[in-house]
Amino acid sequence: MSEYAVELKEVSKHFGPVVAVDDVSLSIRDGEFFSLLGPSGCGKTTTLRLIAGFELPTEGDVYIDGHLQGETPPYRRPVNTVFQSYALFPHMTVFQNVAFGLEMQKVAKEEIRQRVLEALEMVQLPGMENRKPAQLSGGQQQRIALARALVNRPKVLLLDEPLGALDLKLRKAMQLELKALQHRVGITFIYVTHDQEEALTMSDRIAVMNRGRVLQTGTPEEIYEQPADRFVADFIGETNFLEGQVEEMRAGEVEVVVDGVLTLYVPTPPQSLPSGGERGGVTVAILPEKISLHAAPPDQRAVPGLVQEVVYTGTDTRYLVQLTEKTMVTVRQQNIGIGATMVFAVGAKVYLHWQPGYARLLPM
Amino acid sequence: MAAQPRSRRETWRILFLVSPSLVWLVVFFLIPLILVFAISFGQRGTYGGVKWVLNLGSYTRFFDPLYLRIFGRTLYIAGATTLICLLTGYPLAYFIATRPPQWRNPLLLLLMIPFWTNFLVRTYAWILILRDQGLINTFWTGSLHAGLQQLSSLVPLPIWEPLLRGTAHPLALFGTDLAIIVGLVYGWLPDMVLPCYAAIERFDFSLVEAAQDLYANRLKSFLRVILPLTMPGIAAGSVLVFIPSLGAYITPDLLGGAKTTMIGNVIYSQFMAARDYPFGSAISFVLMAVMLVGTLIYFRMGTK
Repeated sequence: MSEYAVELKEVSKHFGPVVAVDDVSLSIRDGEFFSLLGPSGCGKTTTLRLIAGFELPTEGDVYIDGHLQGETPPYRRPVNTVFQSYALFPHMTVFQNVAFGLEMQKVAKEEIRQRVLEALEMVQLPGMENRKPAQLSGGQQQRIALARALVNRPKVLLLDEPLGALDLKLRKAMQLELKALQHRVGITFIYVTHDQEEALTMSDRIAVMNRGRVLQTGTPEEIYEQPADRFVADFIGETNFLEGQVEEMRAGEVEVVVDGVLTLYVPTPPQSLPSGGERGGVTVAILPEKISLHAAPPDQRAVPGLVQEVVYTGTDTRYLVQLTEKTMVTVRQQNIGIGATMVFAVGAKVYLHWQPGYARLLPM
Repeated sequence: MAAQPRSRRETWRILFLVSPSLVWLVVFFLIPLILVFAISFGQRGTYGGVKWVLNLGSYTRFFDPLYLRIFGRTLYIAGATTLICLLTGYPLAYFIATRPPQWRNPLLLLLMIPFWTNFLVRTYAWILILRDQGLINTFWTGSLHAGLQQLSSLVPLPIWEPLLRGTAHPLALFGTDLAIIVGLVYGWLPDMVLPCYAAIERFDFSLVEAAQDLYANRLKSFLRVILPLTMPGIAAGSVLVFIPSLGAYITPDLLGGAKTTMIGNVIYSQFMAARDYPFGSAISFVLMAVMLVGTLIYFRMGTK
């Protein structure tokens, strides 16, 4: 057994002049819940199809369980897919759908029966064997698609936006259920989604993709707290971006001036200063929930601003705060309880404060 | 009860809308059909015409081995035509349906173009191809025979002898069952291709990926997923080819020569040459019964 369930080595996929997947290398560990996250058209589904064998790489190699796949057709790869459209066979019953893969592998009839019933039990749809897919709801079809794949006990389960067609509440429930299921069966899941919250909730590790490239691979915390670049930061949360000039570099800290008037102190090891370097343009990223609002400056580095907009969203209150003529930031304050947090009105003068580590320098 | 007047008005409105086609069908289809049905139980008059003596003589006469043989041949020709249309038409439909969308309609147009020519003219063209002095046999007894002769004089081997003897005389193509089948396949192929195309075009090919993902190779994916899900197209195409082939008249008349006839020719000759209206009518009804069975099988396949 290989340490990695799936490895992609410098894989590219071209469709005519279009580069769908551009020099992607990934190592997905055995038993991991791994997400490919990115906007539509970023190459995440193509990457999944390269692993499944529906597409062959233009360049590079795909390994599954340590074995080079080359031009191995999909029906000889030890992976199964849960399709976005579910792709259940409409002319077969639920039982026949789930049994299909086992039948093709010439598993004995009695064992097929037993394993199919087990799989239906696992997705909490026992007693549905004789229904046709058209008689099931979207959520039920989704579970059947899952059972049809898992019944084969694949090395790797590939999931292509499997919850995309479900309504929000069902999707949330299925997220947790899928995660628990993955934990129970111990199969490697590779999960394609464009929903950053879904990826953060479910994954052990995430690869963020854009324009065919992997921009960052890491745990949800790493991706969220330490985004590698502006795209990742923007995609993963509603990050504030403050554009400015490096004014001064001290040991472990740079001074960035925004719009010529506002000075921010960003702790950065000097060697990791992005290209553009000294006195060049940089972007400072701060997550809205890392900022706290105060009526009086808590220290000298607090940044003054004017509240422009207040939006109550239930768990949080979101403030839009003007810092300079051209720059606004979003601040999110948890509604801990009456009186526990100050509530500011539109037009109030406030001071913004954050722990030094939460401001991050990104390349422009 | 309050809803009744309105639903009655609705009924009248529907009747009004369908009345043109209803009148047409009753006058030109249903009444003649009833007439033919009535005639089939009559007796041939001495000088043609119908004597209204109720009897089943025309039906029992059909079971004469002579007519049964013709009927059997008709079933065989129509069946073979349907099978060949299916085996050639389905792959063609599959090919067209899997081209990029902008190519599909032009390709279907290419399929249809030959059928803008009059049916009779197209059938005559097959006479020119199949007859003893036709295109195929001119090559067979001409260029091919001459070529073989030259080869045999260059390389004297015993294998040339049977080949030379074979190509000395034209192939018996015209006037055979084969000629009729060729003509019918040519005539009805689009009727097979179009419904198959419609079914394959509507087919969701992500299901093939699902099948392949579940360890089914190409053949298994075809047999277990594509074929059953495009079966309505196959069934519709088969009915559209089989039924007109069963009642074919012009094609066997022209390509079958004097030797081979189909049941359609028998009906024709009963009405025109023999002037035995009751017998012609009886055969028509037996034929219709067979077609009805075929159509029922089709609906069975369709609803499954």
